[in-house]
Amino acid sequence: MRRTGPTAAGLAVILLVAVPRVPGGQRQGGAQAPIDFERDVRPILAENCLGCHSAGRAAGGLKLTDRDAALAPTKKGRPAIVPGDPDASELLRRVRSTDPAVRMPMAREPLEPRAIETLRRWVAEGVVWPRHWAFEPVRKVDPPAPRASARVRNDIDRFILVKLEAKGIAPSPEADRYTLIRRLYYDLLGLPPPVEEVDAFAGDARPDAYERLVDRLLASPHFGERWGRHWLDLARYADSDGYEKDRARPDAYVYRDWVIDAINRDLPFDRFTVEQVAGDLLPDATSRSMIGTAFNRQTLTNEEGGVDQEEFRVNAVIDRTATLGTAWLGLTVGCARCHDHKYDPLPQADYYRLFAFFNDADEVLTEVPTGAKAPELDRRLASLQRALTARYAELAPGLLAWEADEHRRIMATPSTPLAEEPLEVLELASAAGVGTADRLGSDLCVRAGPERDRYTLTARAAAPEVTGFKLWVLPDEALPARGPGRGPDGGFVLTGFRAYVVHEGAADEPVELHRAQADYAERGFEAEAVLSGKDGGRSGWAVGGKLGQPHWIQFRTRAPLRLDGSARLRIVLDQQFGEGRALGRFHLAALTGNSRGLHIPAKDVADGLEMYPEKRVAQTRRRLLDYYVSEVVRDERARALRQEIAALLKEHGARTMEVRTIGTPLLARKTHVLDRGDFLSPRQEVEPGIPAILGSLPTHSGNLNRLDLARWLVSPENPLTARVAVNHVWNLLFRRGLVRSLDDFGLRGERPTHPELLDWLAGQFRNELGWSRKALIRSIVTSSTYRQASGYRPELVEVDPENRLLARQNRIRVESEIVRDLQLAASGLLARRIGGPSVFPPMPEDLAKLSYANSFTWKNSDGEDRYRRGMYTFFKRTIPHPNLMTFDSPDANVSCVARTVSNTPLQALMLLNNETHVEAAQALACRLLARSGDDAARLGHAMRVCVSRPATEREIASLRGVLDTARRYYAAHRDEAKSLLGRHAPPTVPAEEAAAWIAAVRVVLNLDEFITRE
Amino acid sequence: MQERELVCERVREMTRRYFLGVGGSGLGMAALAQLLAADDAPAVNPLAPKPPHFPATARACIFIFLEGGPSQIDLFDPKPKLNALDGKPLPESLTKNVRFAFIKKESAVLLGSRRTFAKHGQSGMEFSDLLPNLARCADDLLMVRSMHTDQFNHHPAQLVLHCGRPFFGLPTAGAWLTYGLGSESQNLPGYVVLSAGRGTSGGASLWQSGFLPSVYAGVVFRSQGEPVLNLTNPPGLPPELQRRGLDALREMNDARYRQVHDPEIASRLASYELAFRMQAAAPELADLAGESRSTLEAYGVGRPDPPIAGPQRGGGPGQYNAFATNCLLARRLVERGVRFVSLFHASWDHHSNLDAELTQNCGMADQPVAALIQDLKQRGLLESTLVVWAGEFGRTPLGENRQGYAKVTGRDHHPSAFTIWMAGGGVRGGTTYGETDEIGWTITRDPVHVNDFQATLLRLFGLDHLKLTHRFQALDARLTGVGGHVIRDWIS
Repeated sequence: MRRTGPTAAGLAVILLVAVPRVPGGQRQGGAQAPIDFERDVRPILAENCLGCHSAGRAAGGLKLTDRDAALAPTKKGRPAIVPGDPDASELLRRVRSTDPAVRMPMAREPLEPRAIETLRRWVAEGVVWPRHWAFEPVRKVDPPAPRASARVRNDIDRFILVKLEAKGIAPSPEADRYTLIRRLYYDLLGLPPPVEEVDAFAGDARPDAYERLVDRLLASPHFGERWGRHWLDLARYADSDGYEKDRARPDAYVYRDWVIDAINRDLPFDRFTVEQVAGDLLPDATSRSMIGTAFNRQTLTNEEGGVDQEEFRVNAVIDRTATLGTAWLGLTVGCARCHDHKYDPLPQADYYRLFAFFNDADEVLTEVPTGAKAPELDRRLASLQRALTARYAELAPGLLAWEADEHRRIMATPSTPLAEEPLEVLELASAAGVGTADRLGSDLCVRAGPERDRYTLTARAAAPEVTGFKLWVLPDEALPARGPGRGPDGGFVLTGFRAYVVHEGAADEPVELHRAQADYAERGFEAEAVLSGKDGGRSGWAVGGKLGQPHWIQFRTRAPLRLDGSARLRIVLDQQFGEGRALGRFHLAALTGNSRGLHIPAKDVADGLEMYPEKRVAQTRRRLLDYYVSEVVRDERARALRQEIAALLKEHGARTMEVRTIGTPLLARKTHVLDRGDFLSPRQEVEPGIPAILGSLPTHSGNLNRLDLARWLVSPENPLTARVAVNHVWNLLFRRGLVRSLDDFGLRGERPTHPELLDWLAGQFRNELGWSRKALIRSIVTSSTYRQASGYRPELVEVDPENRLLARQNRIRVESEIVRDLQLAASGLLARRIGGPSVFPPMPEDLAKLSYANSFTWKNSDGEDRYRRGMYTFFKRTIPHPNLMTFDSPDANVSCVARTVSNTPLQALMLLNNETHVEAAQALACRLLARSGDDAARLGHAMRVCVSRPATEREIASLRGVLDTARRYYAAHRDEAKSLLGRHAPPTVPAEEAAAWIAAVRVVLNLDEFITRE
Repeated sequence: MQERELVCERVREMTRRYFLGVGGSGLGMAALAQLLAADDAPAVNPLAPKPPHFPATARACIFIFLEGGPSQIDLFDPKPKLNALDGKPLPESLTKNVRFAFIKKESAVLLGSRRTFAKHGQSGMEFSDLLPNLARCADDLLMVRSMHTDQFNHHPAQLVLHCGRPFFGLPTAGAWLTYGLGSESQNLPGYVVLSAGRGTSGGASLWQSGFLPSVYAGVVFRSQGEPVLNLTNPPGLPPELQRRGLDALREMNDARYRQVHDPEIASRLASYELAFRMQAAAPELADLAGESRSTLEAYGVGRPDPPIAGPQRGGGPGQYNAFATNCLLARRLVERGVRFVSLFHASWDHHSNLDAELTQNCGMADQPVAALIQDLKQRGLLESTLVVWAGEFGRTPLGENRQGYAKVTGRDHHPSAFTIWMAGGGVRGGTTYGETDEIGWTITRDPVHVNDFQATLLRLFGLDHLKLTHRFQALDARLTGVGGHVIRDWIS
């Protein structure tokens, strides 16, 4: 029983309320109200029957999902329900039976006699079975007229009052002004109201003082932060990949800022929806609308080695589909991934039709201008990027064929390790004709020579197959500054390296070399320069900065060089830089083995091609694409577009960053039903579409795409989005939704407590208010219902223990981020800058180390960033900041529609002792000590700062008790007083006094009231 | 009872308690606080002990998680035939539908074990030479050689082992147990996490409460600094001032409670009191001064890491001592009524350098784990304490020939057959359960899915895995997902 979830609880209440209307045993129901299917019957079916008799399972061939299905013949060949004839209905026989082998529900407690009677009457009355309310169109509702019309501030109140009046319950009085202003500040901004504003509001006698306050707060830029964060819960927003490696996503904040901005400028919810689901497909797409699609890039990425990337791509698509269900449809569509939905009329194929919209969308990087943007640049850039993507799509078939060919070719080559084999040097000649080499074992050393030089070596390789050359440069006491070069500081510049196979009586055959690589290179003298021949042959490889030590450079052959025992090689080392910068002591070796993919000049490309296609991570796939376009097919159109983009950015002086977004894939992807949700078990192909129960999309010439889906989401044909959206807002302002199962409007979800109000609000939102989030919130918070006091009413405990009827407001413990914001704001420390890269408030070092292989360092932010709002804390999925998690932040792995609210000792410890919160106490003490006035005045001010009301005498007495005890203590322990002051010691107050104040204000900062929206 | 009545009852109860505590004096409040703290009503203290569905044999669990996938072939499941086939390829029929993380099927060959195995105890349970101390506990162990899981990458497989399915946002077994049974400790959290060495790939997802309230999440006890985050008063604030501050806070919160009657305020009062008690209890727990020298030595507390050759990919310096200390702390936690203790140690992912690194890791784990079992037994705690040793999967009989590897010195991930063991808590000691084929490739007898193991684990605690549920996304979600069968043969 204690494990009964909230959903079941709701149904139970409905049952209890319903039962008295069904007097047991009264067979002739002449005076009775007829059975209401939704209220009376559906809960019985949902709790007791649908587990087995759903669309997916249909035990015995009986489906209790809708009337037609329920009246169809079962496996026994006849219907289980006969309308109008309970005694001929198998259903009744089964639930009435006393034989456990026959009785339904099978292997469970028998139904209550009242429930059986309800079913009997329902059948007797002809099996009235309306469609599920949530799948019906939003009704046009006229607000009712309650008797207590004086309590009506707007139409919302009418719906609430009528229900209360039906129960004979009076609403609560309006909360006092202190509570009201704090409530609005907490709900709309997530900040405490400044004391002066509280005073002004408390004394504002104008009749519209409250509405003026609401309007001012809705216009505050912090409104976007507060309500943006709510949306980010749904978007499962985080700053890292998730899974093992959990790499940082330094661009993630761009989407977070997009959300804040969209909410601040009150982007209508329909457009807000379309840009996030399909902003890339809009005909007037800009880089800004493309950022919106990052909503669906908040999915997790697994770059753990050895991962099958296709599996995790499919996982991400699954998550996008589920999130669409949660955030817009209020349906647990994810349940139909593996099988037909157990409760809702959502067959598995319908799920994959929805899935198909996202299956044909890929993770891409969009180059977005940072800072202030000219709209023209935005549009132009987006259109060029689209053209480039389209060009890539044209090239994609060739790319795939090339990748497959190369992979096959590489895998056909045996894998052997790279090894170093000696080269026997037969002869060394210097072009300048000076200085012959000393032989030092297998090393050579040229001690003196001219400004420039060229060494030509003739050598014999012992190995039959050579795949490269490695040149070691070595220090030697005989060289200037120990070498390894002959330059004045021991330096050298190797400006060229060529190799030839010597053929007797014929010209030398040049060996094609590439993939220059060195153990170290001086800046501007990289290994690649040796083969490039740039700068008139003067550029090359050097090791300045690390002279006097051995180094190496190596070159690979473009193809394995097969040599017979007598073949000789000629190797030319150019040193044309000047200043005597030629090689001193060196050693030349042949490389053998590891010839897989040797023909490809770029090693990372060869490595990528060697990987099985499904193991290539996004970065690898992108590298292969770039290489293919620019090096293999050398596509002119793509090059021109890239140049145009670069020129455009230059012209606007725009800096850009790459942002993870969603775009169309290079190759259109087909979608199949996946057997049991397994990506390795594709079954029949399906086309994109919406669940049949919700209608169908108008077809047009092309294939249906995400833009069609997005537009349907916010169309009048969709019964769910507007209801789900207003319910979400209602939940945030009352702690409970009108539909309490926020993520489940389906058959097993709860019925709305106020169905007419829900539909009225949904209609308003969509029509009269033009999808304006601010207008919707305004209409709710200006209602009398919202403005009620939140105190519990003992007399209602029995009647309405969960406050479903809203005879009062609810108290809401604020979210983790807001706990921080309130404390920092009260102490005066809060940095109010909006947006920008995520920050790193203090966190113990060892905690960050608990993530994968100590790969992550949390570098505490300094200065202003130490005190930013909680929502800007860098969210690393595997090690989220403990202050966030302690107060129930969602883990950002899946969409979160309602946070849990727990109440734990760890929260107490955090508020008492955590660095940030102790700092808040220190700073608040400073603030108070800077004010004139006696102890009582200052303590009273602390209360006004934190809980926005005058303190009671008893409260002052309690606080003064702490203050005086602390004063006595610190008078005797001055050193301890000093250590308590921390970073925020007041300059003119003795340490003992300041410390005593810190001890006292700590109590205020820990008040339940402070972190509760009342 | 219906939820509605529960809520009514809860509010009536709050009111009753409120009036009991009333009187307005600080004394009355202290009485209230005491009452609240000792209260067993879930409405006030969600961690209050709750009765199981059936009589339980286990009361506490110590879950030793060796992250990365320890090689069962080199520790618990000897395969002489594999040694004989060393260097031979596997027939294609065996690898056809198998996916690997890193192995390239085309050229992979079997890799024999260099370990020697012997039978131990009356039961004749087999252990490799790397676990001499653990081998002496053979007759207390239930060794399961026929485990399998669905996932072959680390983090997803870790989620299966801890949460039942490879998805995020689900509670761990520790969270489920604490949710189902509450905590018997008045002063410590019900679910504690101890970690030695570097972090695991799964990070916090391996101790979070998912869709259950966060009060059921694991609390990380730290190996450096304060044992619990934020446990220590700020510098310069002595316990007596903390107490004085809490008294004032209680007065003020109580005054608010009298105005608005919100039970959450009473809950907060209680949580501040538990926090205060934790401030004393957690340092006491971590203080090993009261342990005898022989106990410390038995666990190996204070042992230095042995020098090892070559690059160390393991847990980093000090892990021998840290792991031994954690094993001892686990016993101390269980003694104090903590329900679930997770011991994490990462770096058992031996794709290469298997012999050297497995030797290093076993040198770290063998002595303290054996000492823990013996210590629990000696104190009469083993019969009610389930000790589990598990990785997220096992390792392949095939050697790993990953792209870029010059030599084959390790094994890849193997989800289709691996070994875990349990001791105490009512499991049948001296039992080896399940069999794999002669090279350890597939299970040939009594396959056990991770969900079966979890169902049985809950059963040992007197919980029916089908009934321990929580409504989430329209489903009655449970630890065992859609699977799980209790294995009666494991229960003594």
